[in-house]
Amino acid sequence: MEADTREDLIARLEEAARDLRITDIEMLAEAGSGHPGGTLSAAEMVAALFFHKLRLRPEEPEWPDRDRFVLSKGHCIPIVYAAMAKLGFFDEKELMTLRKLGTRLQGHPDRRLLPGIEASTGSLGQGLSVAAGMALAAKLDGADWRVYCMMGDGEIQAGQMWEAAMFAPRHGIDTLTAILDHNQVQQTGKVAETMPIEPIVAKWTAFNWHVREIDGHDMVQVLDALDEAEMVTGKPTIIVSHTVKGKGVSWMELETAWHGKAPSPEEAERAIAELRGEGS
Amino acid sequence: MGAATRDAFGEAIVRVGEDPRIVVLTGDLKDSTRTDSFEEAYPDRFIECGIAERNMIGVASGLALSGKIPWAASFSTFVAGRFETVRVSVAFQEANVRIVGTHVGVGVGEDGYSQMAFEDVALMRTLPNMTIIQPADAAETHAAVEYLVEHEGPAFLRLTRQGVDDVHGEGYRFEPGRIERLRDGDDVALIASGATVAEALRAADLLSEDGISARVLNVHTIKPLDEEAVLQAASECDALLTVEDGSAVGGLGGAVAETLATRDGRAPLRIIGHRTFGESGSPDELYEKYGLSGPRIAESTRDLLKTLG
Repeated sequence: MEADTREDLIARLEEAARDLRITDIEMLAEAGSGHPGGTLSAAEMVAALFFHKLRLRPEEPEWPDRDRFVLSKGHCIPIVYAAMAKLGFFDEKELMTLRKLGTRLQGHPDRRLLPGIEASTGSLGQGLSVAAGMALAAKLDGADWRVYCMMGDGEIQAGQMWEAAMFAPRHGIDTLTAILDHNQVQQTGKVAETMPIEPIVAKWTAFNWHVREIDGHDMVQVLDALDEAEMVTGKPTIIVSHTVKGKGVSWMELETAWHGKAPSPEEAERAIAELRGEGS
Repeated sequence: MGAATRDAFGEAIVRVGEDPRIVVLTGDLKDSTRTDSFEEAYPDRFIECGIAERNMIGVASGLALSGKIPWAASFSTFVAGRFETVRVSVAFQEANVRIVGTHVGVGVGEDGYSQMAFEDVALMRTLPNMTIIQPADAAETHAAVEYLVEHEGPAFLRLTRQGVDDVHGEGYRFEPGRIERLRDGDDVALIASGATVAEALRAADLLSEDGISARVLNVHTIKPLDEEAVLQAASECDALLTVEDGSAVGGLGGAVAETLATRDGRAPLRIIGHRTFGESGSPDELYEKYGLSGPRIAESTRDLLKTLG
């Protein structure tokens, strides 16, 4: 893996993102409920983080020097479970227990049940504070592990987000990288119509963050932004990742209805065929 | 009048503060919460959060999940009032956070209701793993802080703004989870916590002049409640009174009432509801598992009737 050229790496991660989307659809169809839109929009970033950027030891999930990933938009956890299984945190067979009674793969992540989950989330607006606390602990200890926090775009309507946004620069936390999965749609409509969040870059800049805007489906840009964040000192970074909700399944893209509805088995089959590039 | 328990906290947290795991957070209230002493002693581990308590609680959670023992201090109503963050980021995560709430009840005084925590105990009691400690005086506050350094799991420490009389002498031994009997008596039991403990002792003196013997119980640990001591008081005394500077709904009085109604009396009450966190599953499966389905209610009913003999 170390011998990867940049081109090889990008090709490998693009393929991994596609595979995560397929697994995600399979899991949601089996569960019969869940959130396809916001999982599909996050695929490239999750692939880049879990299969390249995050320093992890799946066989030793509590390894103190690991990087931490906090999914503040907890409802999108299935695609993270898919990545964790691929890395060997647990058996891939367990993926199909998603959302079922007795599962460790809860509808929203539960750190008490599944080693490798860093934070239990799902009540939107809270993850960035927890991530900032983790990064602060590393700073107090002089440790070099980093913290990544993925947020939804609708989620930053929550006030606690802006409390955290003020907090992290105040304490010089620069090992924290926030990722805004700006997929444009929330549960009941377009973000811009429900409660506009623009101008996003100006807002985070004004809160003293280093801001980088990218096309979140372009793996080159995803990797460049994650690399850049590591170079920033004295302040945290936010990657404003412009994405498409439901990305990869044409009839789910930017469709509000696919925020929180699982595909039927037939729909899942059609979605997977499209993701595999078969027919149309 | 003795010291306010917030004053004792300010001393105690500095005393235990050598432990590098201890971090103190506050939201523009380091003076009122008496945490400025900690800032002076350990400036690197004092974290100012500004008037943004939800974030403060979330940051405390992240610190705890990374091995620290964070103490997030503010007026109790401002921290317990950020309930949804406490619920998910602290309790549900089993984060080793100490939420320190000062300025409780009408003991706050002239600032009035918006600054007075009434509902905090009731709110915190609903969280399955939240330990609730309310010391009665300075000595007990020191002991409680020492205990909470070692305690595993989320905890809520409730402290007074106003001075309170000392009810403990030198060498007091704090037993977490146990009700302390400060005075014997069997006509009536006065069950108090925090600032009302000294008042209950005063009441017991007055009652003894009327020939009424009053047992005085100090409930420093409201959760988990020492149910056996409550039941013992109920069987040995003619009547019980609970006294707290907080809401009469769901607090210490609620905890005692629940204990009595469910474990004592001629028509015992069984309260079916949640004492743990929830999980994923179908609604039908979960109603069955959590005792809410028709068959499970019938089962509980038969079980309860059996205990009546």
